[in-house]
Amino acid sequence: MNLSRREQVTGRVFLIALILVTLLPFVSMLSAALQPRGTVPDGLAWPSDPQWGNFADAFTAANMGALLRSSLLIVAGVVPVSVLIATMAGFGLGQLRVPGGRLVFGLLLLGLTLPFEAVVTPLYYQMQDFGLLNTRWAIILPLIGLYMPFAVFWMRAHFTNVPVELSEAARVDGSSTWQLFWRVQVPLARPAIASLTILMFLWTWNQFLLAIVLVDDASKRTMAGALGAFQGQWGTDVVLLCAGSLLILTPTLIVFLIFQRQFIKALIQGSLKG
Amino acid sequence: MTSALGSAPTGQDHRARPIPTRAHRRRWARAAGTGWLYVLPALVMYAVFVLRPLALTVQYSLYDWNGIGVARWAGLDNYVTVFTDSDLLKIISNAIILIVFFSLVPVALGLLVASLVRRITTGAFGTVVRTILFLPQVIPLVAAGIAWSWLLSTNGLVNQVLRALGLGGVARAWLGDFDTALPAVGVIGAWVLLGLCTILLVTGMSKIDPALYEAARLDGAGPVREFLAVTLPSLRQEIGVCLTVTIIAALASFDIVYISTSGGPGLQTTVPGLEIYRLAFSQRQVGLASALAVVLMLLVLAFVLPIQRLTRGEKP
Repeated sequence: MNLSRREQVTGRVFLIALILVTLLPFVSMLSAALQPRGTVPDGLAWPSDPQWGNFADAFTAANMGALLRSSLLIVAGVVPVSVLIATMAGFGLGQLRVPGGRLVFGLLLLGLTLPFEAVVTPLYYQMQDFGLLNTRWAIILPLIGLYMPFAVFWMRAHFTNVPVELSEAARVDGSSTWQLFWRVQVPLARPAIASLTILMFLWTWNQFLLAIVLVDDASKRTMAGALGAFQGQWGTDVVLLCAGSLLILTPTLIVFLIFQRQFIKALIQGSLKG
Repeated sequence: MTSALGSAPTGQDHRARPIPTRAHRRRWARAAGTGWLYVLPALVMYAVFVLRPLALTVQYSLYDWNGIGVARWAGLDNYVTVFTDSDLLKIISNAIILIVFFSLVPVALGLLVASLVRRITTGAFGTVVRTILFLPQVIPLVAAGIAWSWLLSTNGLVNQVLRALGLGGVARAWLGDFDTALPAVGVIGAWVLLGLCTILLVTGMSKIDPALYEAARLDGAGPVREFLAVTLPSLRQEIGVCLTVTIIAALASFDIVYISTSGGPGLQTTVPGLEIYRLAFSQRQVGLASALAVVLMLLVLAFVLPIQRLTRGEKP
């Protein structure tokens, strides 16, 4: 019993230390962001006269309005389509069990561990051929393809566990495959679809490599890609850089805090399945 | 006639498995056809934006090409360069060294923390802990890179703390120093991935049958023996997942390095991902960049497949 209490205390101390280490980078950025412009701030110092106006400056300097719009457009282009076609494919592979499905699945597995760097060069020339370089499509279309291994894998895992009798019952009722899919299977798959949507949103929003390679104009990139350009422009102005970075990471934080339960579940399941 | 027979609702037919008639075959073909319609969109996107580029990467890697002019057949020359050029070998070894920080540290620390907190991550405190530990996983890696560049800079918090402790002599620009740059980049990765590993492991531990611990205690096992005999083996799968995710993150790292050091000083922190980007888009050596990309891909598989085999297999 004593041991367990000591364990509890040690555990708590460790956890609090861990939380501090996790939070310090954010706190340090905030402390820098509130210092007067043009000064060289210390790592962590509560500003005597916090300059909240720095955030407004960073908002203008980073062109945040345009960035938010751009990121939202990219997310709107990637996430619904990815989720829909992955759900359909998961249904086809896991429920309908199409002939040759194993082969398709094997091909997809091939892409599961693929680093994006391995295909980014040909993607650049491919987008050039399509005439899509420097448009948001250059980020949207490849991302949909690159997400397929994980997304289909994820949805297939769900549909494999749905008893086939359910589909057969619906068929006896005379519904077509399409009706079966929309009226029976999709509603049942809602939790899996929700988790997948969250993950796709997060990965798209934070996508960096494709954004900097395929789109030159920072205002047409994802938030993360734009942050790279922002750093290039304001890298020496620590105060503004910290304020801008905090602004750029705020939207994901807000979404995370709202959906945190689902987020954590999705990320844990996501890595367990992947 | 045959089609009417084929669709006749006779329950026994099902089991009896009659000789496939034309109608049966047609129905089977139609069902398969509809099924394929569901799989097709995903497959097309995957083929056009992953499989085709992948094949092209392999093709480019066999040529000497500047991205604009005429490509010249180079055979395996680019691969020979990857495996003999001392710079490129250093770059590959950098990625392998990063595994220590991105994978081994988060998994080891995560195991330690998780086994300590196994019983106290319930209730409100537990929720707060989970939420906070997940933050680094949620923000863009680029933001993590910027935050830590600031923390590790000359005036940053790390040096501030060191000076306060009277260790000012050790203070330096951690990311700019030849000796500390790579470990410093590694620390950023460890920070990002520690929370994910810890929570995965805590989740795994909560699934272990408490009877196993009781049995171990009755056998007189101390905390260490208990950890080695019960916790570790039961977490095989979770540890495998942590290792897989984090090793891929290490070998294929790009965002953090690009932002925090751009690969410098010298080549101290250059990783394959960054070098592929540079070779292909700044130095216009598309062939060599592609060969490095193929090697990177195989390197990932060489690490991940054995881990999968070891940890996914039959659970004891």
